[in-house]
Amino acid sequence: MNKAVRDAGEAIRDIHDGAVLMLGGFGLCGIPENCIAALVKKGVKALTCISNNAGVDDFGIGLMLRQKQVRKMISSYVGENAEFERQLLSGELEVELIPQGTLATRCLAAGYGMPAIFTPAGVGTEIADGKEIRNFNGKEYLLEYAFDADYAIVKAWKGDTDGNLIYKETARNFNPLMAMAGKITIAEVEELVPAGELDPNMIHTPGIYVHRIFQGKDYQKRIEQRTVNPRPLPLLAG
Amino acid sequence: MALTKEQIAQRIARELRDGYYVNLGIGIPTLVANYIPEGINVVLQSENGLLGMGPFPFEGEEDPDLINAGKQTITTVPGSAFFDSAMSFGMIRAGKVDLTVLGAMEVSENGDIANWKIPGKMVKGMGGAMDLVASARNIIVAMMHTNPKGESKLLPQCALPLTGVKCVKKIVSDLAVLDITPQGFKLIERAPGISVEEIKAKTAGKLIVEGEIPEMQF
Repeated sequence: MNKAVRDAGEAIRDIHDGAVLMLGGFGLCGIPENCIAALVKKGVKALTCISNNAGVDDFGIGLMLRQKQVRKMISSYVGENAEFERQLLSGELEVELIPQGTLATRCLAAGYGMPAIFTPAGVGTEIADGKEIRNFNGKEYLLEYAFDADYAIVKAWKGDTDGNLIYKETARNFNPLMAMAGKITIAEVEELVPAGELDPNMIHTPGIYVHRIFQGKDYQKRIEQRTVNPRPLPLLAG
Repeated sequence: MALTKEQIAQRIARELRDGYYVNLGIGIPTLVANYIPEGINVVLQSENGLLGMGPFPFEGEEDPDLINAGKQTITTVPGSAFFDSAMSFGMIRAGKVDLTVLGAMEVSENGDIANWKIPGKMVKGMGGAMDLVASARNIIVAMMHTNPKGESKLLPQCALPLTGVKCVKKIVSDLAVLDITPQGFKLIERAPGISVEEIKAKTAGKLIVEGEIPEMQF
């Protein structure tokens, strides 16, 4: 079942104003760079974006914020982004902050066909306001609903034309969860191979969840916090 | 003398036990990794999807696909494993992580913690903190005993919006080690040269002092 499309522009061709999007990544790690660039170029507006973070001023979802394409962000941490802060304070942008594990598990529930989950995260805090609470074995849990997203846009390391995906290191993060959760799932990969070339034992996301796949290009993979240790001095010979 | 941030981390590291899976928060908690005692094997969990976090890479070996929850470039140690964010919080929720160390703006005498939101300031989000404090079996808070204005951060009740309720087990501050007990903050150790009277004066919540309080040794 060939799901390969030419490029990001073709993959996102039908995303419309007001759509609800999931975007994979943690910080700038494992974000769908090509699709974000294509969305900026297409200029769709009034988007709801479900993504753990909101990028930085000049990269990631920050590029869409700069073009005022986002009406609402659903995230766990929105970090250091001056334009984001300005739009939030001026009321142009709505933000819903939810605990990171709740965010991940609401994606998981959608992909597993379950309408809701119970989680202890946020019990006794303002996050619980107005939510149903159930007691199981003496501990309280909040009812949280599965997400309902029109499109999930994810980034993987390798993929095949059937849509099977393999992620790399911590660039996996939210990507496999969102891949399962979209009504239409778009995957961009660093390396696209013909179906049959990936080892079935190594697949993280089975192709059934993926509707469109393409090989991305010109990945920048920006690092937010470059932390290093000094190299040990070479031993002097003799 | 009040403890330095490094000494707070060093003191918390003495709470590590062989075989622990540990989640270290951003800030002082991250420094705990530098003081893991000899002969103690712990596995560090990073909630963005890694068990077996190693030190920062050597210059030139940074890998943009390999970061920790603070978005810093890191390495892995032998035996490490990657997983997605749902599994990461699944193992936290299921109580598989033995110890969580995190910072706080306020802690109350019954173990409530506030560390994510200051009314009137831009709110950046709770990240994984609410999930961690709701589920971790053992939570140690690393914090300064007072805020920059000199006001106690150990309170009868938190004034700031809560991150979690009745969850903190122990506090290591720059002045003292305290356990959270049903009766209040129980003083366990004091920083070198810091008197019980000073700790009392800087603890707004109920403080329990029983017998001689030993001084921390470094």
